Amino acid sequence: MRPLLTALGLAAAWELLVWLTGVPSYILPPPSRIAAVLADRWDLLLDQALWTGAEMLMGFALGLVLGAALAIVFAASAGWRRWALPLVIASQAVPVIAVAPLLVLWLGYGMASKVVMAALVIFFPVVSSLYDGLRRTDEGWLELAHTMDAPPRAILLQIRLPAALPAFASGARIAAAVAPIGAVIGEWVGASAGLGYLMTQQLARGQTPLAFAALFVLCLLGIGLYAVTDRVLRRLVPWQSFQGD
Amino acid sequence: MARLVVPSLSVRNARIAFDGHLVAERLSLEIPAERTTCLLGRSGIGKTSLLRYLAGLLPGTTRAAPLAYMAQQDRLLPWLSALDNVLLGYRLRGDEAARRKAEPRARALLAEVGLGDRLNDLPRTLSGGMRQRAALARTLCEDRPVILMDEPFAHLDAVTRLDLQDLAVRLLAGRTAVLVTHDPLEALRVAHEVRILQGAPFTVGPAILPPGAAPRDPADPELLALQARLIGELRGSGPGDLP
Repeated sequence: MRPLLTALGLAAAWELLVWLTGVPSYILPPPSRIAAVLADRWDLLLDQALWTGAEMLMGFALGLVLGAALAIVFAASAGWRRWALPLVIASQAVPVIAVAPLLVLWLGYGMASKVVMAALVIFFPVVSSLYDGLRRTDEGWLELAHTMDAPPRAILLQIRLPAALPAFASGARIAAAVAPIGAVIGEWVGASAGLGYLMTQQLARGQTPLAFAALFVLCLLGIGLYAVTDRVLRRLVPWQSFQGD
Repeated sequence: MARLVVPSLSVRNARIAFDGHLVAERLSLEIPAERTTCLLGRSGIGKTSLLRYLAGLLPGTTRAAPLAYMAQQDRLLPWLSALDNVLLGYRLRGDEAARRKAEPRARALLAEVGLGDRLNDLPRTLSGGMRQRAALARTLCEDRPVILMDEPFAHLDAVTRLDLQDLAVRLLAGRTAVLVTHDPLEALRVAHEVRILQGAPFTVGPAILPPGAAPRDPADPELLALQARLIGELRGSGPGDLP
């Protein structure tokens, strides 16, 4: 409830600022104008939101699955760790924005390039957080498993993996927060639909209020993905209590 | 219950170090089979290191026989219920038939340590003493010929401690057990043999055999006299916390 009041306060200040300075609406539209556009063009915005939302969700799922799989492979195999881990770390030096035009070139203007883009952005926080978690298993638990004659596979799946879930959850939360970035960058570079595409189109035509409305819907999508992810993770890792809850 | 061969444990001319810190040198020690031996000593003297040596948990050591090891920390897995924690060994070894067979025993053990109504609770909902009792149940549920326990009753209230000492005596019968403690009366109640560790690096004193069958009455004058003697010996050894 409180964040909503804060948001309302900020919107009021924004409205007042526009009213006092008399900035034209194609530079900075007042919230009331954006709200009117939202109400007026909701069918268009909904269509584009569904498109971008699908890209985000698929990219999120792909990035999570690939990232988690690679982290587990790295934790289980010293060979993979030695040969491929430095490469994964180095890959983060490549600016994602620079890759976007290539992805569009290879995969086209459709959804695929955006899904891959989002997955690329998400991949690294997931690998690094889960791999880190898998390496930091409590020594005492490993010792206990050792005295119980547990095979390495059981130690990985029944002790190290569940023990790493809180770390994985942190990575997945970051992933949920950055998923929209990947999808929207892909749309900016070249797309035929989506909220990012709508924004670039409308800004070029001076239809700033509609671009702002698209941005607003994009924010809602991002918040929604984060909130759902957070809720699912809390259910998945119930033994982890959070301070300040 | 088909009994495995229950071995004795022996340490011959061992050098034990902990974190690059010499704890014992040229140590030789015989732990008799099918007996409970208590290692008694002041804090910081190296009791835990010796127990870890016996468990094969120190670098360069191997264990002599299949064993169950109970550390000072309960080491319960926070995502498993009390019952599943007690059955952890069977879960990890992936022998479904053995696990099903062990489950009634796990339930009975948890009931005996007073957790019969907390079977499905996660560890974080249990108190420190309850967690230690669950860890004790897990150790005993393993059904191994050798059992090593590091201050297994440290976090319990006085009455529960006596009850669980009685339980341990009953369940450790016929196994080779080594129990580390700094409580002389506890050692005298449950052990066939008490060994005092003193000095730095520590040496192990001769076996002290408390009279009668365990668990012994803590109010028995003979036992209390023996306790006074042990305390005297421990005191004479100087502060054990110093390296």
